[in-house]
Order: sequence, then C-alpha cells, then structure tokens
Amino acid sequence: MRPHLHFLSRGTIERVISEAYDLLIDPGVRVHSERALRLLAEHGADVDLEAQVARIPAALARGAVETAPSSFYLYDATGAPTVHYGGDDVQFDPGSAAIEVLDYDKTESRAPVTADLVRFIKLADGLDALDAVATSLVCADVPQEIADLYRLYLVLLYTGKPVVTGAFAVETWHTMKDLLATVVGSAETLAEKPRAVFDVCPSPPLLWSKITCENLMDCAQYGIPAELVSMPLTGATGPATLLGAVVQHAAENLSGVTIHQLVKPGSPIVWGGSPAAFDMRTGTPPMGAIETMMIDCAYAEVGKYLRLPTHAYLGMSDSKVVDAQCGLESGSGALLGALTGINMISGPGMLDFESCFSLEKLIIDAEIVGMAKRLVAGIDERETPLGLDIIRQVGHAGNFLTTRHTRRWFREELFIPSGVVDRDFRRNWEAKGSLDAAARAHNRVEEVIAAYEPKPLPDEIAQELEKITLQAAQAAGMDSLPELGD
Amino acid sequence: MSDILNQLQEAVIAGEPEQAHELAAQALEAGIAPLDAIDRSLNPGMQIVGDKYECGDYFIPDLMMAAEAMKAAMEKLEPELMARQEQRQILGTVVIGTVEGDIHEIGKSLVATMLGAAGFQVHDLGVDVPVDRFIEQVKATNANVLGLSALLTTTMRNQEAVIEALKEAGLREGVKVVIGGAPASPEWAATIGADAYAENANEAVDVVKQLLEV
Repeated sequence: MRPHLHFLSRGTIERVISEAYDLLIDPGVRVHSERALRLLAEHGADVDLEAQVARIPAALARGAVETAPSSFYLYDATGAPTVHYGGDDVQFDPGSAAIEVLDYDKTESRAPVTADLVRFIKLADGLDALDAVATSLVCADVPQEIADLYRLYLVLLYTGKPVVTGAFAVETWHTMKDLLATVVGSAETLAEKPRAVFDVCPSPPLLWSKITCENLMDCAQYGIPAELVSMPLTGATGPATLLGAVVQHAAENLSGVTIHQLVKPGSPIVWGGSPAAFDMRTGTPPMGAIETMMIDCAYAEVGKYLRLPTHAYLGMSDSKVVDAQCGLESGSGALLGALTGINMISGPGMLDFESCFSLEKLIIDAEIVGMAKRLVAGIDERETPLGLDIIRQVGHAGNFLTTRHTRRWFREELFIPSGVVDRDFRRNWEAKGSLDAAARAHNRVEEVIAAYEPKPLPDEIAQELEKITLQAAQAAGMDSLPELGD
Repeated sequence: MSDILNQLQEAVIAGEPEQAHELAAQALEAGIAPLDAIDRSLNPGMQIVGDKYECGDYFIPDLMMAAEAMKAAMEKLEPELMARQEQRQILGTVVIGTVEGDIHEIGKSLVATMLGAAGFQVHDLGVDVPVDRFIEQVKATNANVLGLSALLTTTMRNQEAVIEALKEAGLREGVKVVIGGAPASPEWAATIGADAYAENANEAVDVVKQLLEV
C-alpha cells in the first residue's frame, strides 16, 4: 500500500480554491503584458489597461482549469516518454539556476563557468535517481543576455534526459525553443513530444511581470509545457498564515492557468511553486523551513484536487556547506514531497536559498531521492501468506540468508544505496580513510563523471545548436563560445 | 518625562502606528516641543526596539511596525517642526529603489525602513525605477546616499547604468552609491564603481553610516 500525506481536508481545499477565485475578481491580478491583458479582456475579464489590472471572472478561470490536461509526458532524446506529469507519480530533478557553485572542501562559493556546468550535466546524467536534468548553473563566462539559453545548449549537448529549464527574457525564450526544436527535429515534434518544461514565475502578490507572462503565453502557443512557480513568502510578500499563503499561491497559479489556456486550450501546464516561510529574524526565504515544505505539500493537494500535474521546489537546504543541516532539510523536503505525490520535485544539489549548487550535495541528495522513491513505493503484500510459510520453513534454525526466498525478494524490497551512505563496520570505515559523507560524495562525483558516456548528437544537429547559440552570443557581444574542455 | 511621552515611546516600542499618531497629537496639544518628543520619546524608543531585535526578543515584523509607528508620529510632529523652523537631526538623505526591469520589493523596503528607523531621511522610489528617475530624485532631494537594489542577474546591470548616468549628470561626487540584492556582491560593487555593497538591511545601516562617517 502506498503511503499518502495529507494536510488539508476536502472542505479546506474547496475554501482555498473559492477564496482564490474571489481574489481573481477583487483585487484582480496585475499583468504587465498588454497581449495578455487584451486576451483576458476579449474573454470577459474586466481589464484596466492603464493600471494593468485584470479582474478575472471565476467562470473564465474554471473553464481554463477544465481545458488544461491532467497529465502529459516529457520525452528523452530517444523519443521515449520517461517523465510523467500526472497522478501521484513522483520524479526528481536538480534545483535550478544557481548563480554560485561550491567547490569541495571550500567554504566560499564562486560564480560558475562553462566547465562547472559541463561537469554538473555529466553528473546529473549519470545519476539514475534523477529523472530529468535542470539547467542548474548560470554561467558567468558568457554574457548575462544569453545565460539562460547557453545553459540549455550545454544540457542538450551532454544529456539525453528530459530538461527542466526557464528563460530570463522574452526574446531568449524563442531562441531556447529553437534549440529544443532543433534537437527533436521540428517545432511540431517538440509540441507532440516535449523534451523540456519551462518554469514561469509570477511575482507575489498577484503579479505577472512582462517576461514571465510572455514566456507563459509563448509556451502555450508552441505547446511546450509550462511550470507555474508561484512563490509567496509568508508574512512578507504573502499572508503569514500557511493557509493564507496557499490561497495566494492558488490565485496566482489560477491566473496563470487562465492566461495560458486562453492562448491555446489543452496546452500542458503544471501547478508548481516555490513558496517559503519567510525567516523573521534574518529576512531570508528559507527553503529548508518545515513550514515551507508544509505549504508546498498543501498547495500540491490543491493542484491535485484541480486535477492538474504538480511540481515543487523541495529537497533543498539553506546551509552554506554540505553538512548535517543539508541532510536534515533536503531529506525532510524530499520525503514530504514524495509522500504528497508531487510529480516533479526540483531541488537536489541546491544550497543557500536556491542560489548555490554543490555537486557533492547532488550525490548525497541522489541517495535521498532513492530512499524517497522507495518510501512511496510502500509496503506491499508480496505473497500470501505474508510470512507464515517462510518462517515455518526456516524454523528455529533461524538462517534466512541461505533461502531462495531471501534471494527472490531482497533486491525488490530494499533500496540499495551507493557507498556514499555509510553502512560499514567502523573498522572498515576507518580503513577506507574515515571519510565523512561530503568526502565520500566527493569521491563519487569524480567516479560518476569519469564514467560519463557521451551522448553524441548527429553532426548537423550539433552544428545547428552551436550556430544558434553562437549567433545569440555574437548579438550579445561575444565573438566565440567558451571552450567546452573534454 | 511626561506621561504622554512615556506612552508615545511605548506605542513605538509596541509598534502601534495609530496610537503613536494620536499620542504625538496629544503631546503637541499639551505644549510639548516636537524636538523634545523626538529626542526624549521616539528616538530612545527606536533604540530600545533595536536592542530587542539584537538580543532576539524582536523579529523583523516588530521592527517594521515600530518604524511605522515612528513614521506615524513624525507625520504629526513634522508640520509643527516646520512651523517653528526647526529641524530634527537627520544622519543623511537616502534615495533608494529597485532598478528598472526588476519588480522585487521586499529587500529594498526592509533596507529603507531600517535606514529610516536609524535616523536617515529616506526617499523610497519603489520598484522598476527608470534610470532618469533616480537621477532626478538625487538632484531634487540633494541626497548623499543612493541605494540600488536588483534581485536578478539580468537586471543587476541597471545598477551600473544608474552609476554611469550619475557621472554624466555630474552628480557622482556628491553621492555615495550602495548596491544590494541576491546577485550583487562586493566584487560587483567594485566592478561597476559603486561605493559599497550591503548584504542585508542591518549591514546596510552600518555601511551607510561608515560611508557618511556618522
């Protein structure tokens, strides 16, 4: 039986949604995109173009929720559907868009460059626990104007896994779409078998900035999945009460679903988010706060009630280094998100409020992900009787190791971690150098990267990707792309 | 100290803007000089609030509401100060805002509030502030500090654009530029020719005080 976590009763979920619909009418949603405002007005929203506010009738938003698909797949490079957004399926991808990277055994982080991103992709590609690869590092060795698309370019070169990404500008989204269309063959194929999902983030409270709103609409138009990332901070940019934050989150996401579905009904969209329980002592948005995780799980329940695919940023830590706090926070978030049945959980590898990436942490988090997936697989009735026959058979002699029964079942029943999780005898642990988890993870980083198998694209596709990226780089004032090393 | 000033101080410490506003009015009616109310009630009240925050009794919302209470009291006292042609002592004049293209408010507002509570005159221009507006306001208020916030790697370049525009307007010498926001750093401050970087609201107050030597 699969374990399920619930924070909200059906009645509470319905009240959340009802209040969210009320918010869409009063005070309405601020939308910094004329294209979106006009579209909303055409469909019956009360729009003030000057104030850039749209009051969206509940019927309009409800209709959008109805046309949004309840499930869809992301496809890998071979065209296989490997990530399923829908139902209670749980998948993980690394946290995204770090502007810092932490080297092993250092306490100071630094800006990532191309070589860091390539190492990250090779690592994420090699970790089976990760179902998709994110464009996790923002490289400082290319102009910021192309930082978003450059990450995607490298990810498409080095991995065949589905991709979680996002654009930093209106125009670059189109370049990123071109990169994706190139790698799958055409824009039509991309819509049929999407390789990537784009995060689009409304700004709390109740605001769609120009960039995110245009990205959202472009995703809809081209049939590329969009992942709504509403992020109220309790008591700062949203209500202090956890449910109040869930209501605001729901209103922001419902407005996103509405705009998105009006552009093209049936385009895939995900009920995601990255809220945080604002830290009242330091003024930071802690991703590792237990209340952050509770809000994530609660809004996911709301999304499930609406029969939409779900996503959350969980499995992250606010620690600055790979330490006990990391394990505590990342482990808690991953387990709670998995128990809630969130379809895509983004976060592994991420430190310092979603801003700093550590390859060693990614390795440890992959073990956490393995355990989380095992957890939600639950405890099954493998056979009938449950244990009577085998216990009688072994009898008082008591050695189960030499039974066929043990060999038949242990691999299915146990999640078997890598050596990063230490389960050895103390003497052996000492003989191997008395390494702590971070040191063991560091060794495994190098092992996994060394074992990376290149994913060669057909020459003409690789050349086209490079051409698109180089053109964008040159437009941003960079003559040639950085060396890829290897 | 009179009961009214005691109560006013308590209202600031408790973070009750309406009460503070009302008590400031009562103080004036009772013939208390506005400067007295500021020096003997509001400022020491904010000092106590700051101490409570430092030792962990108070949290950011307590701090913000105390600053709001102080502001509410000042709204009452300021016209009377003007009428008497007196001025409260301010540590400096700060213009602050989030740069163009960036709509992130909370960090910038925290900094503005903390600077206001620390005794600076603060002109908060809000978010998505065009370069020209920063320049106009620096000129209009004769500011000696300019705070530029940016939360996005894509908008942090506009911090640089404001500094360039300050130079062009011939205003760069007269104003200290402090930058902040998630992607900013001391290195970025040096790169774009800002005077300083501040990591958070408390540090911003210290940094600005150091820059102005107050």
